[in-house]
Amino acid sequence: MTDFSRRLQDEIPALRRYARFLIRDADRADDLVQDSLERAIVKRRLWHKPESLRPWLFALLRNVYLNQVRRQTRRPTEVPLDQVFPQAGRGEAQTSAVMIGQVMAALDGLEPEQREVLVLVAVEGLQYKEAAMVLGLPMGTVMSRLSRGRERLRRTLAGDSPPTTATLRRIK
Amino acid sequence: MNAAKRAITEQNLQAYVDGWLSPARQAAVEQYLAEHPDEAARMRDYRAQSEAVRAAMRDAEPSVVPERLLRAARDGAAGSGRGWLVRAAAAALLLAVGFGSGWTVYGVFESPRDSWFAGVPADTELLRVATAAHRVYAVEVRHPVEVRAEEEHLMGWLSKRVGRPLGAPDLDRFGFRLMGGRLLPASSGAAAQLMYEDGGGRRISVYVETHPSDSKVAFRFAEEGGLGAFYWLDGRSGFALVGPLQRAELLDLAKAVYQQIEM
Repeated sequence: MTDFSRRLQDEIPALRRYARFLIRDADRADDLVQDSLERAIVKRRLWHKPESLRPWLFALLRNVYLNQVRRQTRRPTEVPLDQVFPQAGRGEAQTSAVMIGQVMAALDGLEPEQREVLVLVAVEGLQYKEAAMVLGLPMGTVMSRLSRGRERLRRTLAGDSPPTTATLRRIK
Repeated sequence: MNAAKRAITEQNLQAYVDGWLSPARQAAVEQYLAEHPDEAARMRDYRAQSEAVRAAMRDAEPSVVPERLLRAARDGAAGSGRGWLVRAAAAALLLAVGFGSGWTVYGVFESPRDSWFAGVPADTELLRVATAAHRVYAVEVRHPVEVRAEEEHLMGWLSKRVGRPLGAPDLDRFGFRLMGGRLLPASSGAAAQLMYEDGGGRRISVYVETHPSDSKVAFRFAEEGGLGAFYWLDGRSGFALVGPLQRAELLDLAKAVYQQIEM
């Protein structure tokens, strides 16, 4: 197996996570990941080595996703994020599970643009310029979306608009 | 001095939350936050949010990667039988750029023999298990290890159960002290995990397992958000060093582990 393929395999968990975040359906997300991996193999010479592989793959996956969305006539139904990422068997304290449920519900309430920046930066550990590359945006835009998204999330969690009771019930 | 004097911007504060500041700038921001408790509270909230979102999205991660995805990463569309679109695109590109430079499609048809091997490569599996074990035990407050470093039988016990002599690497000069170790189940029988901690409470773990057949894989690095890992196969043993460190720092530690773990 080639070195590139090994690196690709190492990135699969992150790609699946990002795909599920975008599509919100585990099976269709894996289809998207598979399409993206196949495409990455074909296009691998376009990746310049010192760059880290993850942002390059994320940008590629996102393009495949956007092309699919454009072809669809019907918008898919939005599944709440904490159903897409269920907290099965969390062994930690109850409070932290409650906190996580509330944060995920609040995240769902953000503008999609802010939400995506936050996930790329906070969950996937992308640098700001890498996130800008994935999203095809200037870095300043990424920064302002990040800081507005964080503040909005903070206000929601502080009680300006509490998470829905449905969310609270689910994480009990 | 200049780095400390410059005004703190919102962008600096965001970078502080995400851990992207240089040490000098970091110190300046910390001082600023010490003088502005409201801002400090805001940054704490931002960090807690990030932690929660990260925990939610990462813990839900299915641990087993489907074979079809591993195959796609290995063989591209040739391995799947459903990648006609990609192949068509590749063929179109091949025509477009001319046959003399057909490198673009190389990956699609490359080494078909590889695709006959089923299952997960040993080193990918090693990385997965070692990282999962680190995530489970490094966060433990009361029971990070099963047998503490102070107990003399620790290494003898692990060596015997894992089936190879093991010495506990001394990582003192990097500021990491051995806390102890534990036994873990592995496909080959038993694996060992040694846990270390530094003065800042950061924990790294060394994972060792044995395999029935010989193989050699040089140091590889993988990174999953906050966690980095170096892993390698040496003869019948597989090793991994996992921790919340940057690549360079982890590499120095991995070299020390590599040199010392043989006994």
